[in-house]
Amino acid sequence: MPNLEHPAYPAATLLRLESLVPCRESQVSMLLSIFGERQQFTFPSIFIYGHTSSGKTYVMQTLLNTLQLPHVFVNCVEYFTSRLLLEEILIQLQNCSFETKHASHVLCDTFNDFVRMFKQAVTSQDLQDQTLYIVLDRAEQLREMEANILPAFLRLQELTDRNVTVVLLSEIVWELFRPSTGCFEPFTLYFPDYSIGHLQKILSHNHPPEYSADFYAAYINILLGVFYMVCRDLKELQHLAALNFSKYCEPVVRGEANERDTRKLWKNIEPHLKKAMQTVYLREISSSQWERLQRDDGEPGQLKGLSAHAHVELPYYSKFLLIAAYLASYNPVRTDKRFFLKHHGKIKKTNFMKKHEKTSNHLLGPKPFPLDRLLAILYSIVDNRVAPTANIFSQITSLVTLQLLSLVGHNDQLDGPRYKCTVSLDFIRAIARFFSLLHLKEGQSIGP
Amino acid sequence: MSTCSVSKGCFVFKPSPKKRRVSPKTADYFREGNNDSEDSGLRFATCQSLWKQIKSETEQIQEELNKQLFDNLVSFLRRSHSEFQEKTTEWTCQMKSSEIPTAALVLGVNVTDHDLTFKSLSEVLQNNITPYVALLQAKDCPGIKNLMQKLMGQLMNCYIDVDTSDEEDWVQVSQNRIRCSMASLISWYENITKKTDSETPSKKRTSSRHLQSPPVVVIFKDMESFTTKVLQDFLVISSQHIRELPLILIFGIATSPMIIHSLLPHSVSSLLCIELFQSLSCKEHLSTIIDKLLLTTQFAFKLSEKVLQVLINIFLYHDFSVQNFIKGFQLCIVEHFCSQPLSVLCCRLVEAKKRVNSLSHSQCENVRRLPSFRRYVESQVSEKQIALLTADNFLKEVIQKLLEDLHVYHENYVPVLRCLHVFTSSLPKYPLGKQIRELHCACLENRVWETEEYESSLQLARMLNKSDLVTMLQKCVEIFASSSGKEFDKVVEKLKEFLTQFQKLEVAGACQERGESVSSQKELQKKTDLYHLQKTLLELKESRRSKKLTKFEMLRFEVVDFIDNLVRNYLVPADHKTLHEIMYFNTASALREHLNAAPRIALHTALNNPYCYLKNQALKSDGGTISNKAPDICIVYKLHLECGRLINLVDWLEAFSTVVMAVEGPNAAASDQVDDIIHARFIRAVSELELLGFIKPSKQKTDHVARLTWGGC
Repeated sequence: MPNLEHPAYPAATLLRLESLVPCRESQVSMLLSIFGERQQFTFPSIFIYGHTSSGKTYVMQTLLNTLQLPHVFVNCVEYFTSRLLLEEILIQLQNCSFETKHASHVLCDTFNDFVRMFKQAVTSQDLQDQTLYIVLDRAEQLREMEANILPAFLRLQELTDRNVTVVLLSEIVWELFRPSTGCFEPFTLYFPDYSIGHLQKILSHNHPPEYSADFYAAYINILLGVFYMVCRDLKELQHLAALNFSKYCEPVVRGEANERDTRKLWKNIEPHLKKAMQTVYLREISSSQWERLQRDDGEPGQLKGLSAHAHVELPYYSKFLLIAAYLASYNPVRTDKRFFLKHHGKIKKTNFMKKHEKTSNHLLGPKPFPLDRLLAILYSIVDNRVAPTANIFSQITSLVTLQLLSLVGHNDQLDGPRYKCTVSLDFIRAIARFFSLLHLKEGQSIGP
Repeated sequence: MSTCSVSKGCFVFKPSPKKRRVSPKTADYFREGNNDSEDSGLRFATCQSLWKQIKSETEQIQEELNKQLFDNLVSFLRRSHSEFQEKTTEWTCQMKSSEIPTAALVLGVNVTDHDLTFKSLSEVLQNNITPYVALLQAKDCPGIKNLMQKLMGQLMNCYIDVDTSDEEDWVQVSQNRIRCSMASLISWYENITKKTDSETPSKKRTSSRHLQSPPVVVIFKDMESFTTKVLQDFLVISSQHIRELPLILIFGIATSPMIIHSLLPHSVSSLLCIELFQSLSCKEHLSTIIDKLLLTTQFAFKLSEKVLQVLINIFLYHDFSVQNFIKGFQLCIVEHFCSQPLSVLCCRLVEAKKRVNSLSHSQCENVRRLPSFRRYVESQVSEKQIALLTADNFLKEVIQKLLEDLHVYHENYVPVLRCLHVFTSSLPKYPLGKQIRELHCACLENRVWETEEYESSLQLARMLNKSDLVTMLQKCVEIFASSSGKEFDKVVEKLKEFLTQFQKLEVAGACQERGESVSSQKELQKKTDLYHLQKTLLELKESRRSKKLTKFEMLRFEVVDFIDNLVRNYLVPADHKTLHEIMYFNTASALREHLNAAPRIALHTALNNPYCYLKNQALKSDGGTISNKAPDICIVYKLHLECGRLINLVDWLEAFSTVVMAVEGPNAAASDQVDDIIHARFIRAVSELELLGFIKPSKQKTDHVARLTWGGC
């Protein structure tokens, strides 16, 4: 295990830091050596990337806080426009050294203003003799702001002529950031995913005070055994661990088993965790509902998850419209005559089948169709006469707002709008069940 | 104001407020001429008061129906809030990631009804939970910026609403000067909670209703229409600040809660703690509305079968919207009171009797003209006929009597209908419909006992088993006992008698039947030879057919006959009743025209047969021919109907000029060149057609336009 060593910082602080960032020692020591001593200039910009919850934000925050380096920490999702972002940086900078909060309002519209005000702030805050770190979390949002923001941040050191380093944190690789006009290349650092061993170590790190570390580690072991296949998100795992721990402890609390009785405990918790994987992990039922279930010792069967309510009740003609839209989306235009006309000409079956044997229309996804075709199919599948009333047209629009159909292309209604059907075959089957005749027709046309 | 200017410019003329025309009073629409001989004022007042009653009634129904849902929601909000409040240092709470409590509110596809629900929901929340409720709509929030703006605007305004007196500094800060970020929202929230904490006890009035630090509730009205990006960003931001700002979300969902998973990736949906709430289905809502508005004697106004069918069809076939149903009902009321002069008598019986006395002569004539009244007159003896047709006073007396009859008919109709529904709703396959509204329609349409469905339901009813029959009879007794009809005492007695007879049967019948079956069994066991067996079986069958019915069967027949008798007596269709026109609105065609308009058909009629709208005698023509007196666009339209998908403009123009020039005789047609004026008229007509969406320019072929419609509608 590489011990953190750096001449600039006291050993005690480093030791504390090391205990706070388990499994990320090599990255931290790398960062430390890049940062150098407080007053030393370092890379103008550092780009850190890695998968969700690989500790990027946490490591940066702990590092900067523990070593008490002057820094500004901004989440780019939260400050969604460049103006908000720049202003937030300046505000944080003002409050950097003093604990008292200045309520002074900062107005900063352009990057030019930012550079000027940034220089002022650095001077007024007495930060010239040490490196200032600006950490931009979720930096992928920067790409959606004005084109100059990202390149300017990358060479902020040069623009301001101050000792400043910009650290970008992101979940995607640098190649996706690089603007076409070229820019200053930052130093990139990769945070790899935690391995199962790492997860085990980190999760067992914070054990509840009333139980021993070994007991909790055994629990984490079982938990990972169930969940590691589907979820490697540390936060989520931690959440799940906290949710289900009380159930794990139950036999111990009741006195049926002692803490060493791993097998018995495993037998108790394993089915429970599996159920959790199908329900609470998928957010089928909420964690508070899950906890209540645990407390009351109820079966999760009695609580229906979100997907149990998949059925959508639709008005009579909306059902037909949706079915017609589905048929229009997945059947080629050539077959319309054959399926929907009573006296259609003969189509050579063999020829027709040959072309479509290879690819099922379902694999190709829905195709757009014009309004007229939808209505024509509707008239032919509804038994009685349908008048093209305003209600029918407004139903099409409301199907679009319900996201069951989607409008394709430009919005010029006069030019004949085109739609796509966005619902699945299962959904249509559920609807068509009401009209048993249709079922057969559909099977003919799109079934494999 | 002048528009003299050196350069080109755009001039704004603000309308002067003085010039605004005084819109005519609504009451005046009821008056066609100026004379008030047909009680238009009174009719209008009656209409208004009736609508007011119905409106409050429907609102009350809605409130009752939503109560359960809202109670659940409120308790959920309280609970999630208290969990937030606890701020325990407990280990589990530290380890658990703090999720945003979220209520997924499934409301059904009747989007038009949702507004009302959300309105009352936010009222309920403001009264019980928190003053900070924000309602967001997808169309206001195309980006996260707009969303934050809307949210902050609503929240900060609502604070000002709570107490305006000492909050001037917030009023001063105009909305665009506040930075639209979560940080400023949080500081606002901190400010507010600090203030309420330090409030003087005398001012605790508001905070006692709310919790100590009230949560901020954000309602997304139409979850489906929000873009994924906006929702994701908002959720990510607010989850980071959930500790400082107790946020609770409510997702209004029209389709199914699955939409949450399809809109949000797992990384975002894992930030939420979603609980599901489902509102009452709109069909049940409609049944309640029909039950409370139509199947009651509370309101004098009634709908005829056709009108009701139109309203129900629109509901079931098109929109599922209860609000639209009520709006349609309102339209019926207005139409009825506006078009039927005698609707002045459409009010409570006591009031109507008074009004009969003050009817004018012309109103009496109106009564005499009613078809149902004429039928009544024809059935009377000749002296009475003369009196009815000439003496107004005598007529008024008769009207009073007839109105009373009608009232009694209504009073009896409803309980008998409900009673019949108890029977028909439990029969297999529901020959008369499952819902009471279907039965109601069937009864209004014609004599229900003459229909085949009724016949088959009676047959099925004759096969009901005893326990079902007994429970049904008990239900009927309840219905009749609670009804206000005076004639039902005997009916209740009779039904109770049936019930006691059934109870007696239970004791007596059991032993008798057993004896019989045992004996026949023994007979069967004796004969072993096939021929004899067959013979005995046949004999048994014969004997069973001819055998007199068991006591239970007899009783069952009696019960069914009794019900049948009730139906024949009381469920006479309303249009067989004299003076039904006063109470019943039956112009279904007007209603259909207004509520279920067919724009394509209307457009086609207008262009194909301009006489229909213009009423110009010259345009009156029969079908096929194209008159040159019709407006240009009509001629162009008719010509284009004969073309295929692509229309050649030159041919079209030629045809057009031939039609237009037809009247000028052969000498005009001789000139080969098309007149410039005709050319211009043609171009204008074609571009009008393009504007209406019938054709569009095509790039497939030069000098061609593409047709956008097919067929003649």
